[in-house]
Amino acid sequence: MQVFRYDKSFDGLLTAVFDAFNRKVFPEILIAEGDIEPLFATDIFDVVTDAEKSKRVWTGLKKKLMSVSRNMLGYVWLSEEEGSDMVIFRYIKKVFESQHSIEMNFADDDVLALRNIAKRVNTEKHRMVEFVRFQKAADNLYFAAIAPDTNCLPLITSHFKERFADQQWIIYDKGRNYGFHYDLKNITEVTFDNDLLFSEGRLDEQLMAEDEKLFQKMWKAYFKSLTIKERINPKLQRQHLPQRYWKYLTEMQS
Amino acid sequence: MQVVKEEVIDKLKILAESAKYDVSCSSSGTTRRSTPGGIGNTAGWGICHSFTEDGRCVSLLKIMLTNHCIYDCAYCINRRSNDLPRATFSVSELVELTIEFYRRNYIEGLFLSSGVVRNPDYTMERLVAVVRDLRNVHRFNGYIHLKTIPGASEHLVQQAGMYADRMSVNIEISKEENLKMLAPEKDHASVFKPMQFIQQGVLQSREERNKYKYAPRFVPAGQSTQMIVGATNETDKEILFTSASLYGRPSMKRVYYSGYIPVNSYDNRLPALKQPPLVRENRLYQADWLMRFYEFGVDEIVDDKYPMLDQEVDPKLAWALRHPEKFPVDINKADYHDILRVPGIGVKSAKLIVVSRRYARLKTTDLKKMGIVLKKAQYFITCNELSAAGVNETSPEYVRRLLTQPKVNSKNPHPAQTALIFPD
Repeated sequence: MQVFRYDKSFDGLLTAVFDAFNRKVFPEILIAEGDIEPLFATDIFDVVTDAEKSKRVWTGLKKKLMSVSRNMLGYVWLSEEEGSDMVIFRYIKKVFESQHSIEMNFADDDVLALRNIAKRVNTEKHRMVEFVRFQKAADNLYFAAIAPDTNCLPLITSHFKERFADQQWIIYDKGRNYGFHYDLKNITEVTFDNDLLFSEGRLDEQLMAEDEKLFQKMWKAYFKSLTIKERINPKLQRQHLPQRYWKYLTEMQS
Repeated sequence: MQVVKEEVIDKLKILAESAKYDVSCSSSGTTRRSTPGGIGNTAGWGICHSFTEDGRCVSLLKIMLTNHCIYDCAYCINRRSNDLPRATFSVSELVELTIEFYRRNYIEGLFLSSGVVRNPDYTMERLVAVVRDLRNVHRFNGYIHLKTIPGASEHLVQQAGMYADRMSVNIEISKEENLKMLAPEKDHASVFKPMQFIQQGVLQSREERNKYKYAPRFVPAGQSTQMIVGATNETDKEILFTSASLYGRPSMKRVYYSGYIPVNSYDNRLPALKQPPLVRENRLYQADWLMRFYEFGVDEIVDDKYPMLDQEVDPKLAWALRHPEKFPVDINKADYHDILRVPGIGVKSAKLIVVSRRYARLKTTDLKKMGIVLKKAQYFITCNELSAAGVNETSPEYVRRLLTQPKVNSKNPHPAQTALIFPD
């Protein structure tokens, strides 16, 4: 059984593709550095991430794939789902080996898997656009915490930059412990060492802007009044608004 | 300067309560880019921000300017003769509330309506003042949906349309005699006139923008309306024919159906309902979808023989059961339009089938993998393999019986057998 070991970066994955075609040996399993080696590994090849090689693969993909499909590769990478790197690998292999475009052949397992995983990431991306809740801090910075299943945070920053161009904000992924800060000009990645300032994703009351509590209260009151009692349907609510997201939603906090 | 104070919260509660029975909430249909010095943008596709306990989405700040009203419409919670708390927002309060909510990503924009105070024009002027303030003073680029007051005059509708993304006038009751019975102060003319004004404005602006690229936009997301279902004796046929004729107009984007909720149960002109007719409402929406996305004509969905939609099965399945001669549809050969008519296959699935079958002949297993649900479709299609007993091998009655059988409860497959209950 052929095994490739790489550094779990997207560039590393593309380098693996390059090396595989170069050596005419294709892995059945991809493992990360430090992973336990599979029992029946006959040959383990160590991929050395090489920006030049990965760029050449990407250029090749640009010639063969529509931009939608290339975006999908990125989405699947961000899914962080187990085995999704192998799906990307097999998909790229099929793309390069086929004379014709395979992008629409959804009867193919890998093409379908790629689409389905990308769809899940896309769904969560949209959910995050909906469910981000900013809290205004005293220094006029708007802060929001999220905890998505997939690593979709990088996908939503452009939306918030466009929409809230005139306010500083931070959106922070609590699960992955990193976030993005927009300072009215640029978006930069930030990491906080301790999360005491916003435990449970809530801003400490001392840090809050003066009117923040009032507007939170207003929003909660408004949200509560909006329910039509004759039509109560908690199942429908949870279908659209899964409970795992409630923690960071202002209107769901008591 | 902050004008919203602690006591505004009571107004907010009262006026949200009064506004919530309007079902429209969409924030789609137009884009507005963010502008330097302005606030926000509009995405083009709708964004829901939350979902209340009844499962309805919260996209816009749906609120009334005031719930005082000079009218006494029997179906409306805000009718003059109801004894309920009344409140009125000031323009600046409402504007600040909208912007503060917007900046926290609670909402996409504002959905503003109002009870009628003094006269329609006076009320409409107040509404226009709010949206003008938002757009001109605060340069707000979020979504604005503005209800037009029935009976408002043309120049006010014209003004409002320059600021709003979508406008709506609710028909409420599709037969005029029934409307007059329940709302003696209203008639259809007072509804259709403003609709006409909006349409004229939209067409005019479209024409101007063909000539001049930067001519102002007028209600770019079009108009919508709403009909109450189950308060009066209209059949589904009458309701859907009204919708179909409305969709024939160039600016009409959505018709909403609102299952009647007995808010004024004391009024004996209205039926006594234990529960709002939610199934009927759902079937009407399904029929509406068939007209808008599935290329169905309204007369295929309801006619004199079947004036009411089937409550037991969805309207597409009902149509298929009435027309077994149109089936089976061959998934590998049939036209897109025919695949679209197979019960259980939606627009996305139909498109997926059409692109995928270019590579290989599709089997039912392929369809299943693609996520196409065959529960209903299996009786109406043939694939690259032997088909199961379809609607023509058996009979429409048989298929209907199979599909409407009550589900067996997996936790208690033998309901006749007594279960031991251990309450928590």
